[in-house]
Amino acid sequence: MLDLDPGPYGFYVWMSYGLSAVALAWLAVSSLAFARRWRRRAEALETRAQEVEPGPETQP
Amino acid sequence: MTQALAFLYNPHRFMAFSAWAAPLFGALALALAAVGLWLGFTAPEDYQQGDTVRIMFIHVPAAWLGLFVYVCLGGASFLSLVFRQALADAAARAAAPIGAVFTALALATGSLWGKPMWGAWWVWDARLTSVLVLFLFYLAYMALRAAIDDEAKGARAAAILALVGLINVPVVHWSVEWWNTLHQGRTVFAAGGSRAATVFLVPLLLMSLSYMSAFGALWLVRIRGEVWRRRAAAAEARLAR
Repeated sequence: MLDLDPGPYGFYVWMSYGLSAVALAWLAVSSLAFARRWRRRAEALETRAQEVEPGPETQP
Repeated sequence: MTQALAFLYNPHRFMAFSAWAAPLFGALALALAAVGLWLGFTAPEDYQQGDTVRIMFIHVPAAWLGLFVYVCLGGASFLSLVFRQALADAAARAAAPIGAVFTALALATGSLWGKPMWGAWWVWDARLTSVLVLFLFYLAYMALRAAIDDEAKGARAAAILALVGLINVPVVHWSVEWWNTLHQGRTVFAAGGSRAATVFLVPLLLMSLSYMSAFGALWLVRIRGEVWRRRAAAAEARLAR
């Protein structure tokens, strides 16, 4: 049966689960934000670089 | 093994692989955590630890992952230092913050278990102290990379530091055997089989697999971010010419 009442140890049990949930959620959100931010930046810069320096097929 | 590494050395193949592998690992982590938490909170109280036994279902996986991620960091640093593989360096850099968070969680949840069970938040026990040293190695690795402006030099210095820190890994693992510690000895991988009751062992292993899958997903996402960051830097350098 589901037991969500840790009795006198409630503070220690819920603090452990709360801290773990917050830390892992922060890690997931920050990792996704990090990857997304650099992907957008890289794509924008690569597009600009291609405009400035056309590839060999477009050069005379 | 060599072929698997050669496959992942190629950034294009790595990006194609990680695009589907990262969400798969993430979904697996959530599914395993749902079952593991359900079994963890339906397990009976331990006859000695009472309800604090439920802290073990998240403390032990965090501690295992803290150690495992450091081995990955050390392995990637070795490949980066010896074979000059850029993707290995990106993998090492990406692993450090994840490992630091897992190790910090192991220390924090261990402390929250120790207070009601041992009567102290912290003791200078060999296991606890060696895990604290592990956490400091993670912080030192990240600080060293951040402190050196030349990225290549910073990567080399940090890789050497990571390899030095590998010495601490067997110390953490064997500390409960080498010294007379307050921390309990090996339970799950004890000689002659696990000493934990099945009712506690199953949720513990499910949560460990969940943490492992979460690490797989987070690591791949962060390595992808590193690859994009380096591509942005290369494009910026082309534009500056």
